[in-house]
Amino acid sequence: MKEEIIVSGRMNQMIDPHLNIWHWEIPLYLFLGGLAAGILFFAALFFINGKENTYPTAVKRAPFLAPIALIIGLLALFFDLRHKLYFWQLYTHIRLMSPMSWGAWTLMIITPISFIWCALNIRELFPKWEWKYDWIRETEAFFRKYQLVLAWAMMIYAMILGIYTGILLSAFNARPLWNTSILGPLFLASGLSAGASVTILMSNIKKERKRFAEIDLIVIGIELFLIIHMFMGFLASTEVQIDAAGLFLGGPYTMAFWIFVVILGMLLPALLEIMEIRKYHIPAIAPAILVLFGSLMLRFIFVYAGQVSRWLY
Amino acid sequence: MRYAMAVDTKKCVGCSDCVVACQTENNVPIGFCRDWVVEVMAGTYPQLEIEIRSERCNHCANAPCVRCCPTGASYFSDGGIVLVDPKKCIGCGACIASCPYDARYPHPEGHVDKCTFCHHRIKNGLKPACVAVCPTKCMYFGDLDDLNSDVSMVLKKRKYKTLIPEAGTKPQLYFLI
Repeated sequence: MKEEIIVSGRMNQMIDPHLNIWHWEIPLYLFLGGLAAGILFFAALFFINGKENTYPTAVKRAPFLAPIALIIGLLALFFDLRHKLYFWQLYTHIRLMSPMSWGAWTLMIITPISFIWCALNIRELFPKWEWKYDWIRETEAFFRKYQLVLAWAMMIYAMILGIYTGILLSAFNARPLWNTSILGPLFLASGLSAGASVTILMSNIKKERKRFAEIDLIVIGIELFLIIHMFMGFLASTEVQIDAAGLFLGGPYTMAFWIFVVILGMLLPALLEIMEIRKYHIPAIAPAILVLFGSLMLRFIFVYAGQVSRWLY
Repeated sequence: MRYAMAVDTKKCVGCSDCVVACQTENNVPIGFCRDWVVEVMAGTYPQLEIEIRSERCNHCANAPCVRCCPTGASYFSDGGIVLVDPKKCIGCGACIASCPYDARYPHPEGHVDKCTFCHHRIKNGLKPACVAVCPTKCMYFGDLDDLNSDVSMVLKKRKYKTLIPEAGTKPQLYFLI
């Protein structure tokens, strides 16, 4: 049998024996960004549909978690930078071909929008809240007047935020596991599922919980379809992508991916939600926590496994 | 102008002089390298073949690192040389993840670092440090648009390959085979 032994004299830290440049910060941010995107998407969607009183948790209360998630995510991103004091360079350049540039600018827009949305709903948490200064009251009145426009902007930017977290990785042709356009929609779906779960966790209205369990169920179905589709794509592709899929099909990430992401993060919560919709008594917290856990694990496993996948030459 | 380098795998003995020359010339931090030697042993014993390659950044004409950089810190300099501007680099690692050759590394000072084709030397008409020191003279450097340059001449005469051209990066480091 013909064999090949490759010996490289290179042993650069974080590059060899395989890429290890991105650690916990990036997957944590990808999760929090996706979560915020999911929360803000549903808030905007049901506000635009005029359902803010039917689903008050989703429209008015869950969004308070979005700016928190975004700020923690941004801090994680900042920690990841190695040349931290130059971070502002992100905002002196617009690079249309760089997903990271898109992401930086999207965050620049959606983070303030999420703060404004929370400010408009502050009386949900503190009914007697009064702004101290006139100019804040005037600003509030302005945004209240144009809240529908704000909601549309929030929905569109939430979708960009959710999908870009996947595109960020899929743009790297050097890492065959990431290099699939399925990753954008998959991460968006995972973010929407996480956002729906937060509403289920926070809501004390039965109708709202049931509605979001139904939504979550549909999104999980889409995620499972995308995952199957992703593997079909990999296995029908070139050798490097067949090898990349192997990381999850017998390789070192097999157990982690199928148990944490697919079984615990998708199939089990879907089963629990079906039972809940069929009026079995299921604690709503169980599927929601499982979905959030699966969503976090999806990012961690993809970021770490992707760095192992490579071209061999 | 299109700078390129050719490495003769038949002449290279894998002495790593190019690696040391580069580290010295460019003050590469301890524990890192901008160029390195790869040995590929292939075949079935006793019919074995060995290929020795001095590798570095491929200064790709379609460089994914330049495309992915969110700040424009990675850029094409004159003659298509891919450089990093440390004053623009935020150290996000996107370019490192985007390179199929893993030719970049995080410099301990925070920015990303890589082979520059010894840009500071070729400006002054010198050859890159690795080319200049090679004891077997297995490396050729020059302008591909100049038909009389060392690299153009040798690529005209010899068979050559590039590394993973299927990655679509249009690499400009040629290996004579």
